[in-house]
Amino acid sequence: MATRRGRAPDHRGASLDGLLASKEIVVACGPGGVGKTTTAAAAAAMAAARIGGKVLVLTVDPARRLANALGLEGIGNTERRVPDAAFVDAGVKPIGELWAAMLDTKESWDALVRLHAPDERTRDEILSNPLYRNISGRFVQSHDYIAMERLFEIHAEGTYDLIVVDTPPTRNALDFLDAPERMAEFFSSRLLRWLIVPYRSKLVNLASRPFYQVADRILGTQFLEDIAQFFILFQSMYGGFVERARAVHRLMADRRTSFIVVSTLEAVPLREAEFFAQALVDRRLHLGAIVLNKVLPDYLRDPTGLVVAQSVRDRADELAAALAPEVGGGDVDQIRRVLTEIGQSYLDYRIVAQREDEQRSELATVPESLVSVPYFETDVYDLAGLLRLGAQLWGPEIA
Amino acid sequence: MVGLLDRRLLFVTGKGGVGKTTVAAALALHAAEHGRRTLLCEVDAKGDVAAYLETGPTSFAAREVQPSLWVMSMDTEASLREYLRLNLRIPVVGRIGPLAKAFDFVATAAPGVREILTVGKFCYEVRERHYDLVVVDAPATGHIVGQLSAPQAINELVKVGLIRSQTDWMLDILSDPATTGVAIVTTPEEMPVNETIELAGRVAAETTVQLASVIVNRVLPELFGRSEEEVFTELCRPEVSAELGRLVQGDASPVLDAARLAVTLRRTRAAHLERLRAGIDPAVPMLYLPFLFTRLHGLRTIRQVARSLGEELGS
Repeated sequence: MATRRGRAPDHRGASLDGLLASKEIVVACGPGGVGKTTTAAAAAAMAAARIGGKVLVLTVDPARRLANALGLEGIGNTERRVPDAAFVDAGVKPIGELWAAMLDTKESWDALVRLHAPDERTRDEILSNPLYRNISGRFVQSHDYIAMERLFEIHAEGTYDLIVVDTPPTRNALDFLDAPERMAEFFSSRLLRWLIVPYRSKLVNLASRPFYQVADRILGTQFLEDIAQFFILFQSMYGGFVERARAVHRLMADRRTSFIVVSTLEAVPLREAEFFAQALVDRRLHLGAIVLNKVLPDYLRDPTGLVVAQSVRDRADELAAALAPEVGGGDVDQIRRVLTEIGQSYLDYRIVAQREDEQRSELATVPESLVSVPYFETDVYDLAGLLRLGAQLWGPEIA
Repeated sequence: MVGLLDRRLLFVTGKGGVGKTTVAAALALHAAEHGRRTLLCEVDAKGDVAAYLETGPTSFAAREVQPSLWVMSMDTEASLREYLRLNLRIPVVGRIGPLAKAFDFVATAAPGVREILTVGKFCYEVRERHYDLVVVDAPATGHIVGQLSAPQAINELVKVGLIRSQTDWMLDILSDPATTGVAIVTTPEEMPVNETIELAGRVAAETTVQLASVIVNRVLPELFGRSEEEVFTELCRPEVSAELGRLVQGDASPVLDAARLAVTLRRTRAAHLERLRAGIDPAVPMLYLPFLFTRLHGLRTIRQVARSLGEELGS
């Protein structure tokens, strides 16, 4: 059935191979729950198999079975090579190497503090500060920044020909794009300085300022001091952080970097993906492709399919009687029920397929490539599955 | 366990894309239609609630959109204003401008401050008995634990001050299983099921709020039982499908392919459902909502989902 269903239609017909061959960084982004992680892994696996070189997939939150397949189970920031044997098991002889790493937010933050702290004492004070631990572990926006930061670091090491990055799920798809800029703003903010001034200087009487009076009544002096202490410590790393955040931002905007927006054709994720694609264009970032996952097969929109399905459903009685001699073991009543069900089921799925097609043709921002990936019958959880998905991303001539 | 909608405060969460807002709106609509004065609040102010209920824009001030159903959207700055007005009796509204800005800043850095203003607002509405039920279209799975555990976290971080004393009564409301519950919306797919099981564990371990229900959305219909499946296999034999094609004067294979796809999708999802049931405390009730082929959004969809919920809840 898989062969008969074939490839879902593209409006542009382009594929991702050119993009993966020419860029150094490909960032997969888009709304949650659309197969972003799997798409990033599939693209990286295909690049390793077909283009060659050293390819790294930097992933954020893979499903357990996928993490297993990539050898990532229980591994933090360390990059691991996916053994060639795994490719051979999947029936492919790879030209290049596939490496995989998972993003450990806490570990990455600690590394960053170690990098920027002016001295050991400050470093240790920051690492043991309760607010810092809260921020690095739980503070959601910190994931966005750290993902980009880690990417920058790996890219700067020059170990890989291609890095494919999966982005963390964000409340707002734009968060991670703005994260480096916001981080820089945060540290250079006048408000920050204003907030910590009284704690730096013993000369200022806190109680004389209305803001502190109110803040004190709400939060308590100790907590305010904890916050101030934390910011004072963090400010010692100001220069390094701001410079780094700007460098990360420049790398995102570099011609060697491209973005793939992943979505499904459901209305809500697609609307978010579209918004995101437009935001990339507005920021002059390179929108390489839109990948549409879980697209229902073409035959559901076939005009004769509609007529046939209606006949099968509405003439089930008569058809069941006619077919009964050929259907071993089934009584007429059962055959009638099955025919009614499959006729109705086709019509149900047809509605969804048509809605999807409408959504796709209404896409406003269309990049060089628009790739549609059909619904897979099973979840993708091994290298063979990734390569099967990869072949869909790649284009039919090689698949 | 207390009936899902017999509580006073219900947080509805779930992985992005599973229909969390739709289910939250349907729960609120169902409760309102059964005469309970219900407040539906959107936390991530994307405006989805307004769009789904066709109500026009929502704001921090609750608005009655149909009998017994009020909607609002969370705005932490407005919540801070209200908090200050009610608790500190600060008369000078003009001065709050820069204060709110500074607060926004502190809230960005100090986790828990924004969350406490959000959760605090709901607990306040519950304590004051302004509504019979508050349904919160809560943040997605990654953020809900931080929100629900904020009062505890603040309790630990802040040793004195007004907030400290305020978190005590909030904790009382959140910790009472007869008053407060969290419902996780999911779909029978791999990642949503994984996240749901993980979140259920975290809610139990890191918060004091009871898991009230797991609501499985978009459950595909079962096409046929075992003996009928044998009949279907027979129908797919080339000679039989060719004969069927002749009888209906067309190619029957798209219809048969589509049925096979439907069966496979249903089967893959059934396996995830089993995994979900096995991974969730058996005492937690699970509700199942059908996949809607016809439409996915709008008031009509919310009504359909509300009706399905009503059937599942037996009311």
